Amino acid sequence: MSFVKPVFRHPELPTNEIGYAQADYEGAISTLCAGCGHDSISASIMEACFEMNIEPHKIAKVSGIGCSSKAPTYFLSNSHGFNSVHGRMPSVVTGAYLANRDLIYLGVSGDGDTASIGMGQFVHAIRRNLNMVYIVMNNGCYGLTKGQDSATQDLGAVNKAGVENQFHAIDLTALAMEQGATFVARSFSGDKNQLVPLLKSAMKHPGFAFIDVISPCVTFNNHNGSKKSYQFTRDHIEATASIDFVPERDEIKVDYGAGLSVHVELHDGSVIQLQKLDSDWDPTDRSSSVRHLHTSKAEGKILTGLLYIDPKSQELHELQQTSTTPLNTMREDILNPGEEALASINQSFR
Amino acid sequence: MKPTDIKDPEYFHKVVDCQYACPAHTPVPEYIRLIAAKRYTDAYMINWESNVFPGILGRTCDRPCEPACRRGRVEEEPVAICRLKRVAADNKGDVKQHMPQGPFEMNGKKVALIGGGPASLTVARDLAPLGYEIHLYDEWNKGGGMMRTQIPAFRLPEEVLDEEVNYILDLGIHTHFNTYVDSMKEIIDKGYDAIFVGTGAPKGRDLKLPGREEANANVHIGIEFLANVAFEHVDKIGEKVIVLGGGNTAMDCCRTSRRIGGKEVNVVVRSPFESMKASPWEIEDAQREDIPIHNNMPPKEFVVEDGKLKGVIFEKVRAEYDENGRRSLVPTGESDVFIEADDVIIAIGQDTFCPWIERDLGIEFGKWDLPVLDKETFQSTLPHVFFGGDAAFGPENVITAVAHGHQAAVSIHHYCEGRDVKERLAPMTNLVSQKMGIHEWTYDSTVPDDERYLVPHEDKSITLKERKVEVELGFDQETGFKEAQRCLNCDVQTVFTEDKCIECDACMDICPTSCITFTHNGEEEDLRTRLKAPANNLTQDLYVSDVLPTARVMVKDEDVCLHCGLCAERCPTTAWDMQKFLYNVTKAH
Repeated sequence: MSFVKPVFRHPELPTNEIGYAQADYEGAISTLCAGCGHDSISASIMEACFEMNIEPHKIAKVSGIGCSSKAPTYFLSNSHGFNSVHGRMPSVVTGAYLANRDLIYLGVSGDGDTASIGMGQFVHAIRRNLNMVYIVMNNGCYGLTKGQDSATQDLGAVNKAGVENQFHAIDLTALAMEQGATFVARSFSGDKNQLVPLLKSAMKHPGFAFIDVISPCVTFNNHNGSKKSYQFTRDHIEATASIDFVPERDEIKVDYGAGLSVHVELHDGSVIQLQKLDSDWDPTDRSSSVRHLHTSKAEGKILTGLLYIDPKSQELHELQQTSTTPLNTMREDILNPGEEALASINQSFR
Repeated sequence: MKPTDIKDPEYFHKVVDCQYACPAHTPVPEYIRLIAAKRYTDAYMINWESNVFPGILGRTCDRPCEPACRRGRVEEEPVAICRLKRVAADNKGDVKQHMPQGPFEMNGKKVALIGGGPASLTVARDLAPLGYEIHLYDEWNKGGGMMRTQIPAFRLPEEVLDEEVNYILDLGIHTHFNTYVDSMKEIIDKGYDAIFVGTGAPKGRDLKLPGREEANANVHIGIEFLANVAFEHVDKIGEKVIVLGGGNTAMDCCRTSRRIGGKEVNVVVRSPFESMKASPWEIEDAQREDIPIHNNMPPKEFVVEDGKLKGVIFEKVRAEYDENGRRSLVPTGESDVFIEADDVIIAIGQDTFCPWIERDLGIEFGKWDLPVLDKETFQSTLPHVFFGGDAAFGPENVITAVAHGHQAAVSIHHYCEGRDVKERLAPMTNLVSQKMGIHEWTYDSTVPDDERYLVPHEDKSITLKERKVEVELGFDQETGFKEAQRCLNCDVQTVFTEDKCIECDACMDICPTSCITFTHNGEEEDLRTRLKAPANNLTQDLYVSDVLPTARVMVKDEDVCLHCGLCAERCPTTAWDMQKFLYNVTKAH
């Protein structure tokens, strides 16, 4: 078993516009099971960060507990990281984000960490429109404790012990939309062509960007009867649209067809370009998106892609009108103006 | 692209770059692993079976394997394959017990070998155990041919040479030493069932320039000079020596001169440094012995005063290339250069020399007076006469002569058995999984980032005084191990089984050198541009699978695969497996 990746890389791989090689975005060698969907998601994150020309130290990756929450070790070794308490990742991100609004926050969580123990934290992070990318590596089971059903295990799915699940699954995307999330997407670890542009768009989105990624557990949830296996997912997947992320500097490609091409412009001028597969759906209209999600579900399909985006999203710092200078870079005498200042504030209320 | 046919023995053979580049196709990674495991005797025997002279070649081989080594494509330097071979030879135990043991049951056929060099000795080794009565003729008093006469003792000690030549002669070869064969007709008349000509390229080229005749006493032909030193007919040379030529013979001549009295030895080459034919390491060794190399200086005239050589006048030129890349040396117009010399050695090439073969015997000769041969069987136009080594297609090197010898032996055996000479059996191949437990391999799959280790040299103050003291000391066991670990095990192949693949992308994600891509199929030219990393090395194949359930194919660019096994370790279904590929050229024995 290998514990270290060889140091040699393909000699002809290009560096990105800021001079970093792909290897600069790598992490330690994965200790997850061979074939784990999480590793593919990690690869997509590395690819997105490389292509977005993000300096690795401008990213903070924060996670909870679980197989998913181990994953940040396996990408972006040169970034900031915090492996927090089970289900408490959003609190840590909230604190970090309030202190330093200049970093890109990647919250990495799993179905157990989010849909069970962390549910309370999850909905409040949405409510506050915390400026972060919240990724759920969703495999429908507790892989780290031998594969018990999680709260996202689909109704009627048979687990590896042969027991059929009697409970309805929590659909995290539906919940996020209901809670007012400003960016909601679903994807599949085995579809990098979709996941990478979604991640790029999510990182550019000002506010809470939620991506639920179906990520098969090869060890405990990839058999016949599973509804989160590679095979089942591929057989039932349906995309809302093909997605392309166009950075502000690049020219936007031509429209494909009347009514099916949608451009969503983000605050910095970059554009999410969608080629819709359903003309009735409007990605910027919450009720249209909710309807689209429910219809697909009723048809037994797994709807993926960008589900909803609020182009007018205002994230936490904007709502709070906090200083644009990150608090952690302010001098102590500005952060703490002293007793006299406090006295004068108190005086103003008298 | 069509799915790759991995059943074709040449597909995986080509992935083992070193073995593929070796004229004798020695299974290099196989013996390197044995060296790492301290199984020196086994490593030696793998070499011996394939290249016959491991100890000799471990010191003197032209190493076509090393420029081909995959390691040289991911970092600066290839694995020191040649010097590892020597580690096996230096540390081996009793190898003779593993060699064919005579006396052999005779088959009643007699074969004559003309010339006692590497090609003939290889034929002898392959045919003797089959019961042939072998008669070996050589003009010198010992076997070895050019390995003895042209390779100086400070590169190849006599004991090493004698040992490996004797392994063959001890197989019951009838030697006719001190016998210069001057008539092919006489040999034919002796009634041999087959005759093999391995007489090499024994004629050094001369240089017809003004003053050449007058200076004759102090002008020597390179290979003759080396032979005279080797047989101790010559033991000194003037203090000032000029060596003309830029090949390995020139390097051997200048270094030999330094050891027998030459104090100011200059090598002068007519062409640029980059186009010198000598191996880079031999040039370095010469430079290390304070021998300057002057380039772009063709000789013009030998200067003789009072009947004695004074030196050589050289012109100054520069190389210019036309649109076809053809070179011409154009005078720069600078004034000529005079270099003083007491002796001049001409080492500008050598030719085959076959006036002893009468031209009315049915053996046809063609261009450059080389025999007309079948390129694969080495059979001449006289069916029972075969050629090999330098005598066949002109000067090459020892390892090529060995490769020729093996093939000629197959031909001779077929000929003597009345079978079709052109018939060639497919190589022996074997492909075996290296899986051992869940994620363990029987080979050391880690890829250390050590740089190439340098072979230690004996102190110059000793080697320049004593001609026979070997310059290179060879790796000790510990360094040999570390150097062996640099080998990427290219013979442990990544074998893909498409019906097991669930397309989880794990292999693509983990591959350190971005070799693997899952994409839709296309023509090779198009596919090469669409991979995770550009596949610009056209000499390396793409390994393409059949169509997978998502309508994509797996494409692996073999170019810089580290054979680290990570794809197979990260594969949940063993669609990837690491399998050791062994390829052995079929020989007569």
